[in-house]
Amino acid sequence: MATLTLKTEEDYIAAYGPTLNYSPAGGWDRGEPDRLVKTHCCFCGVQCGIQLKVKENRVIGFEPWEEFPVNQGKLCPKGVKRYMQNEHPDRLKAPLLRSEQGFEETTWDHALDRTATAIKSIQERYGKDSFAFLGGASMTNEKAYLNGKFARIALETKNIDYNGRLCMVSAGAANKKAFGIDRAANPWSDIPKTDVIILAGTNLAECFPILTDYIWKARDNGAKIIVVDPRITPIARTADLFLPVRPGGDSALCHGILHVMILNGWIDEAFISEHTEDWPALKKLVRKFTPAYTEKLTGVPARSIEKCAELWGPAKKSMLLHARGIEHHTKGVENVLSYINLVLATGRIGKEGSGYGTITGQGNGQGGREHGQRCNQLPGGRDINNSVHREEISKFWGIEETALPGEGLTACEIIDAIEAGEIKGLLSISFNPLVSIPDSQRTRKALEKLEFYGAIDFFLNETARYADVVLAGSLQEEDHGTVTNGEGRCIRLNQSVTPPGNALPDWKIICDLADRLGKGRYFDYQDPREMFSELSAASKGGPIDYSGMTYERIESEQGIFWPCPQPEHPGTPRLFEKGQFFHDDGKARFHAFDYRPPAEDVDAEYPLLFTTGRVVSQYLSGTQTRRIGSLVDQYPEPLCEMHPHLAEKLGVEDGDQVRVTTRRGSIDVPAQVVKTIRPDTVFVPYHWPGKKSANLITNRALDPISKIPEFKVCSCRVELVGPHAGGGRKA
Amino acid sequence: MSRLEFFIDQSRCIGCQACVQACGECDTHRGTSMIHLEYVHRPTGVQTAPMVCMHCEDPTCAKVCPADAIKKDDNGVVLSAAKPRCVGCSNCVLGCPFGVPKMQVSIDLMMKCDMCYDRTSVGKKPMCATVCPSEALYFGERETLERKRREKPVNEFKFGQQTVRTKVNMMTSSEKDSIPIDVAELMAHETVQGETLWEAREGAPDAASFAVWDD
Repeated sequence: MATLTLKTEEDYIAAYGPTLNYSPAGGWDRGEPDRLVKTHCCFCGVQCGIQLKVKENRVIGFEPWEEFPVNQGKLCPKGVKRYMQNEHPDRLKAPLLRSEQGFEETTWDHALDRTATAIKSIQERYGKDSFAFLGGASMTNEKAYLNGKFARIALETKNIDYNGRLCMVSAGAANKKAFGIDRAANPWSDIPKTDVIILAGTNLAECFPILTDYIWKARDNGAKIIVVDPRITPIARTADLFLPVRPGGDSALCHGILHVMILNGWIDEAFISEHTEDWPALKKLVRKFTPAYTEKLTGVPARSIEKCAELWGPAKKSMLLHARGIEHHTKGVENVLSYINLVLATGRIGKEGSGYGTITGQGNGQGGREHGQRCNQLPGGRDINNSVHREEISKFWGIEETALPGEGLTACEIIDAIEAGEIKGLLSISFNPLVSIPDSQRTRKALEKLEFYGAIDFFLNETARYADVVLAGSLQEEDHGTVTNGEGRCIRLNQSVTPPGNALPDWKIICDLADRLGKGRYFDYQDPREMFSELSAASKGGPIDYSGMTYERIESEQGIFWPCPQPEHPGTPRLFEKGQFFHDDGKARFHAFDYRPPAEDVDAEYPLLFTTGRVVSQYLSGTQTRRIGSLVDQYPEPLCEMHPHLAEKLGVEDGDQVRVTTRRGSIDVPAQVVKTIRPDTVFVPYHWPGKKSANLITNRALDPISKIPEFKVCSCRVELVGPHAGGGRKA
Repeated sequence: MSRLEFFIDQSRCIGCQACVQACGECDTHRGTSMIHLEYVHRPTGVQTAPMVCMHCEDPTCAKVCPADAIKKDDNGVVLSAAKPRCVGCSNCVLGCPFGVPKMQVSIDLMMKCDMCYDRTSVGKKPMCATVCPSEALYFGERETLERKRREKPVNEFKFGQQTVRTKVNMMTSSEKDSIPIDVAELMAHETVQGETLWEAREGAPDAASFAVWDD
């Protein structure tokens, strides 16, 4: 049974961290490295090039890699300090079994036997689908492919999904609906060439910092910048137009902007008739979205809505970029489609300096969602419900089509099903759902119901504390392979060091488990290179075609954009050129979703809006970044941002402890009183576990299409608890 | 003398502290950054201001040093205090018009940005200007910068009666806009004061939304 055995949080921290690491392996007298390894950062989807300094099989520092075209040596603070996760005191160096004293080290044979026995036992008693697999989008394409194959062939379960479900799925689903394919339409090098940019719900300077330079270069060239956000984030500070949208109002805002564009004739009728479908229904829908009506729904002044249409509508070139701010909603897909309408209506896509892209959050946010790790997907971006696709992959894998499981549950639904007693066993890798999934009290209850939980990870994250078996896997720099960055560029990760102690590469653990489940013949890999050859061959003829890529090509060409269907194909940096989309008829689709409110709107009991997001110095659930001292010092604990108008009503001063309460529970955090947020909204970043975890109180209501949870809006109330623990109030 | 120059453009800064973290990576100061990066006034905005040593032509820090510990090299780089000479008096910390030098109390020595002497002396860019994601800190040729940017570099600063000329340039904007912005001023009128929050009925959407449902 999955449970905790140590008594207190402090006990766990003392034993397994997070320990704050402030110095490089071997200390500051580290000397000269033996070699520099050209690879990429382990964090966000920019996938900055970086050179890791390696000495005696330890990563001791970094050197900028100025020749890599995407970031040209630039790094954010996480990238600068990412090397300090290597040789970290908290690093798991052997497989662990849970014991009365927390965990005890064991042998690989024992840990893997125990895991395989538990899987078999649970599946014999409750059926194959009673065992679930949760993967992650921090991992390589090779591992994403392997996870999907492992779940379908070795676990024979339909229930595999990944933490991209908390991240990119609204954008992905919308892209497929609108364009027939799920990828950013343009290389980022198009950004500086454009005339107007809408940044919608993207705290770009903190979550994708390197792209800031692309935006500033566009501004240097005269482009206008429009930012849509409930908060003035660093990228919004100097925007030409800032639209302080009420959380949950995004689709209405788009309809309002389109309304003004149609009134003024700022649309490309020729493009619409030649290259799109379903325009009339949208045109009819947006008729009622007058600036005045839209103002009431969105809290954005009518004049600003008109101004946005004036900047965007008649422009010659334009780029739309969006992120979780519009996607983390129960209408996340509808929000994205509504923004895509603004692009398609102008016909400004598939051209140099004109197009569209989504900001992927995770390191392999793009590639991690392409190769079969999702519950409804097979390699090559194929559809698990499509009989032709099922036949193709069954044949490729050498299994009967009838043996290939169907569509399973999504990540949050898997946690729900565990809580409901329908799923009894879980294997997770690089996923920390206790911190990252909304309503964490329910996640905790679900974990406690598991008959068996196995976790593959390099640090003991908060969720893995519940594991029966912890399988010590590999950090990014301890293995090699490929990832695909946010613009669709497949790049090469080179190995810097080998896993420490008895830790193993993740893929080796998966293959060893498959062997113990009697399916070793399907997983006879000696190196990630073999998995890449297989995944690229598997992708041949699919919507996401990597079959022309090799490691050598990827490295020598500094990345290749898919589709790349032949060895001599140069790759496809820009999609949709000449108005060619990927639906069967070659046309793109408009979508006419009427505005609907969030799952939870404000009322007298919960009169404020609660929203969450990230800070620049932390990454996702903090499994890696909460262990690096100087990153922790930069923003040590979650703060509740609130406007002075609200603070005054609440009697709260900057630094006071406040309690934020929703229908799920409460968190107590210090207030940060700032004019950079709407007065009806409070914001808390989500990187922390325990009593200050923002996801204790967020709403696990899901988008009906993408099944992404509504991280970005729920209703709350806020009250003063008392002066900040650090001392009395300022005079 | 190198044709490469250092330029600071505070308007491009996103406050990410990549420069601060990268500066601390130098083996000579072992985790301590020599860069100052602060919010101008966080209650009213997210403007941040990175500050490296400006490397003055006639450095005030050196002029006020009683031990003659602060030297300028042939390239005009003002160096950290020479360890054998520095008496730890903090005159330089107080005297610098840009507030750059830091007193390292634990080792009783003034330290400051030396423009990555170890890197620039072998043809590399200073670490902060290499990693800066927004090119708020930029190291390169003046002509290249002037071609790419709308702002203009200046290197003359007036502090009361004192005029200071520096090796490092600061970019200034030709357009003048107030920088602190209040979100409330950009919102639809009726919600600006947050009044509607308290007029909501139990179980109903807030008053702002309520007006819409009546349509």
